[in-house]
Amino acid sequence: MTRIKVRRMIWIGVAALLLCGVAARAPAADGVLKRAVFIPQWIPQAQHAGYYMALEKGFYRKRGIELEVLRGGPNAPASELLQDGRADFGSLFLAKAIQLHAGDRTVVQLAQLVQRSSIMLVAKKKNGILSVPDMEGKKVGLWGAEFQLQAETLFKRLRIRVEPVAQSTTVNLFLRDGVEVASAMWYNEYHTILNSGLDPDDLSTFFFFDYGLNFPEDGIYCLETTYRRDPDLCCRFVRASLEGWRYAFEHQEETLDLVMRYVDAAGIASNRIHQRWMLERMRDLMMISCPTACRTRACSPGTTRWWAASCKTPA
Amino acid sequence: MWKDRSLAFKLSVFILFSTALIFLAAFGYSYHASRASLLKNVELQAQDLTLATVYKIEAVLQAARKVPENLAALISLRPLAEDDLLQMMRIAVRGNPEIFGMAVAFEPYAFDPKAQYFAPYCYREGRDQTAMTFIGGEAYHYFTWDWYQIPKELNSPAWTEPYYDEGGGNIVMATYAVPFYRETHDGRKFQGVVTADVSLKWLADLVSSVKIYDTGYAFLLSANGVFITHPKQHLIMRESVFSLAESLGDQGLRRLGQTMLGGERGFARLPGLGTGVQSWMYYAPLPSSRWTLGVIFPERELFADIQHLSWMVAGIGAAGFVLLFLAIVLISGTITRPLRFLAATTHEIARGNLDIQLPTVPGNDEIGRLTRSFGDMKTALKEYIADLAATTAAKERIESELKIARTIQMSFLPRRFPPFPEQHAFEIFGALEPAKEVGGDFYDFFLLGPDHLFVAVGDVSDKGVPAALFMAVTKTLLKGVAEPDLAPSEVLNRVNLELCRDNDSMMFVTVFCALLNHRTGELAYTNAGHNPPVLIAGGRAPARLDLPKGFLLGAFEESRYRTQTILLTPGDTLVIYTDGVTEAMDRDQRLYSEARLQQVLAGTESDPTEQLVGRVMTSVHAFAQGAPQSDDITVLALRFKGPGAGESGVR
Repeated sequence: MTRIKVRRMIWIGVAALLLCGVAARAPAADGVLKRAVFIPQWIPQAQHAGYYMALEKGFYRKRGIELEVLRGGPNAPASELLQDGRADFGSLFLAKAIQLHAGDRTVVQLAQLVQRSSIMLVAKKKNGILSVPDMEGKKVGLWGAEFQLQAETLFKRLRIRVEPVAQSTTVNLFLRDGVEVASAMWYNEYHTILNSGLDPDDLSTFFFFDYGLNFPEDGIYCLETTYRRDPDLCCRFVRASLEGWRYAFEHQEETLDLVMRYVDAAGIASNRIHQRWMLERMRDLMMISCPTACRTRACSPGTTRWWAASCKTPA
Repeated sequence: MWKDRSLAFKLSVFILFSTALIFLAAFGYSYHASRASLLKNVELQAQDLTLATVYKIEAVLQAARKVPENLAALISLRPLAEDDLLQMMRIAVRGNPEIFGMAVAFEPYAFDPKAQYFAPYCYREGRDQTAMTFIGGEAYHYFTWDWYQIPKELNSPAWTEPYYDEGGGNIVMATYAVPFYRETHDGRKFQGVVTADVSLKWLADLVSSVKIYDTGYAFLLSANGVFITHPKQHLIMRESVFSLAESLGDQGLRRLGQTMLGGERGFARLPGLGTGVQSWMYYAPLPSSRWTLGVIFPERELFADIQHLSWMVAGIGAAGFVLLFLAIVLISGTITRPLRFLAATTHEIARGNLDIQLPTVPGNDEIGRLTRSFGDMKTALKEYIADLAATTAAKERIESELKIARTIQMSFLPRRFPPFPEQHAFEIFGALEPAKEVGGDFYDFFLLGPDHLFVAVGDVSDKGVPAALFMAVTKTLLKGVAEPDLAPSEVLNRVNLELCRDNDSMMFVTVFCALLNHRTGELAYTNAGHNPPVLIAGGRAPARLDLPKGFLLGAFEESRYRTQTILLTPGDTLVIYTDGVTEAMDRDQRLYSEARLQQVLAGTESDPTEQLVGRVMTSVHAFAQGAPQSDDITVLALRFKGPGAGESGVR
């Protein structure tokens, strides 16, 4: 993928947001709701709390959208659903979106929600892994393509050869020492590891972010054709979603109740305390709020620097 | 105030307090000892129960493990045809009720070089029916699932974390997965896994059949600490011991969870998992699966019997206290009632009422003896007071008689001064202060014929009534014997004879007597053992009168006395006294002495005799400084003024 393409895509996204101010004046003027379908990029969890909340609170309906939120997960990849038209909007990693953009049916970004990379590698100190070079020759659990990008880059840059193992949706293989290093999202697997009895002190954590590989993650995307057809709808969708997210961060308990309803409906083995952690981390990742963000547990010096720099830029 | 409280009150408080202390100590010890002993027993009981349950579960799991292990061994030995494989799976599922389903999942292209996915899954459908499906595909990429990956990467059979199997049974299952291999030239090559799914419902039934007391229960934790079974349905497969600890903010629970999953056995106190009830827990690992069984004993129910017993004991104790209190009040009242009555009675006695009736106390205890002692004391006091009254009466009578005696004695002595108003040739004054009511001293003077004055001062060797009587006798004798022509010595000779006769009481008397011819101033005198009088004459200093020798009267009949004569010039004064003056003592036992007397008398030649005597008396009293008077004090002063003194002076 070329730099030009990326730039073009971002420009389209920015243009979309700018257009919002003009286009969003008269939502559903004729009183008829526009149907739209949204696919979250993963299974129901607090990672998508803002969309659930916007739907629950009628923020989409208020803007003239009759939204359906599909259940995401490994069997319903957002990228596929977007491309085959089963979904109008979807959340994707920026890296995935760039990858899709290279294909025929290009997607455009409508909003970049997660402002920094939260993907990380985790290892047990007892296995002698205290730094990235210690991973030489070790089994490293890695997810699918868009999640591997940073790890591969890092290993290549440091000239480290690891034995990659496809990582499942759990961290059990890591917990049982089937792999020495696991991939983890700060807001999800890292907490799962902690709540399997390992203490933060037992673990070595490596945020790609700290190694100059800060890929912004979750964002809202649609097909370029969708955007061109109805930029107003896109704009209203983004506005409602952002309002949902703001509401979710301001009403944590209510949001967790709702998230747990989605979790239960999907039969997912999760619990409220895990979703709470996830919601709080999503806030850290989305809302640039230096003091609270730096108080969280996995805040590295690099994180602090980045936030400090971000804070200087007026939003 | 405590000090003012009654004996009964103090006794009650002391006894009740001490008893309460003893009871509380015994109660506390008993409670804690029985708790500790119970806890010890419970720990053993809990251990037995937990291990028994562990073995029960293990037995079933063991059986479930055998099937895939055998099949994996078989496949490793020899590649099977698809039909044979599926048939074997059906037989295995049908024949092993604990197994819900079985899969044999091969590595990509390992079973069929054309097929990426080959994973037949045979599962139970209905009572004896089995169904067969093939899992794997783009939607179910089983190579990255735990049940496939864990045995593959660990190269050993393993129980997976319980999971919702979306590809197969759509139920929560735990899977035992055994890897199988094929021997190649390069060594052993991983070919796939054989799995057996065990329904958690079966496990839940077994674990929930463990009942302890009313609300005690057992639960099972997975290797990650997730609840596999728990009476609270919403915890199962959702919460782990660590998520609970995080929710509760309980670091202790988190550490306990780490210990439990560490494969150790133990007995620990914890604040209830999801129930919030203080409990005790025994935990033990399931050896084959790294799962942990915990058995919860609610503390309240655990100690319910002890609690009940303690309440009973406390109740009995409280009732006992009430009884004890009543008994003490009763007994202390009974004991102290006679005491209180006695106190009131003795108060009356102290106020003088000796006729009051003392309480009758039967028995010979302290109170009885005290009461009788008081009775004796009362009688003795009564007798004593009666005696005292009689003695006092007698004494009063004697004293009154003595007063009369003194009056009589004093009436013996000439007490009218001046005694002879028509006589001016001399001046005389005498005074006597008896040491006791009745003294042994005396003085006397009387005129003998127209020219003579007889003067005598005596001192009986004793005091009191006998001395007074003896003095009366002596005085009477002197008066009777004295005549104008009889020399004083002869008077004493005769008186001595009279006194010596029948002097059974062996009393003696000293006498100085003199016969003054107040016309001429000739003074004839004699002495029977008496103190020498002081003569103040011719402007000279007072001096001792020169005396003839003579022994006291009443001792020897043979005693003879001599008369000595001096001529007084007008103005000469003779002071006659008894040893009560010179032998008067001050507080330091020093004597008054003749020297002091003479000193006092110096310069008194012109004073009236009464004043002179008064001065001596005052001096003696001043010297004694209030020391008790030990002897009669007699002073008699005689001043010769000359025959013409009176006429010229008066006229």
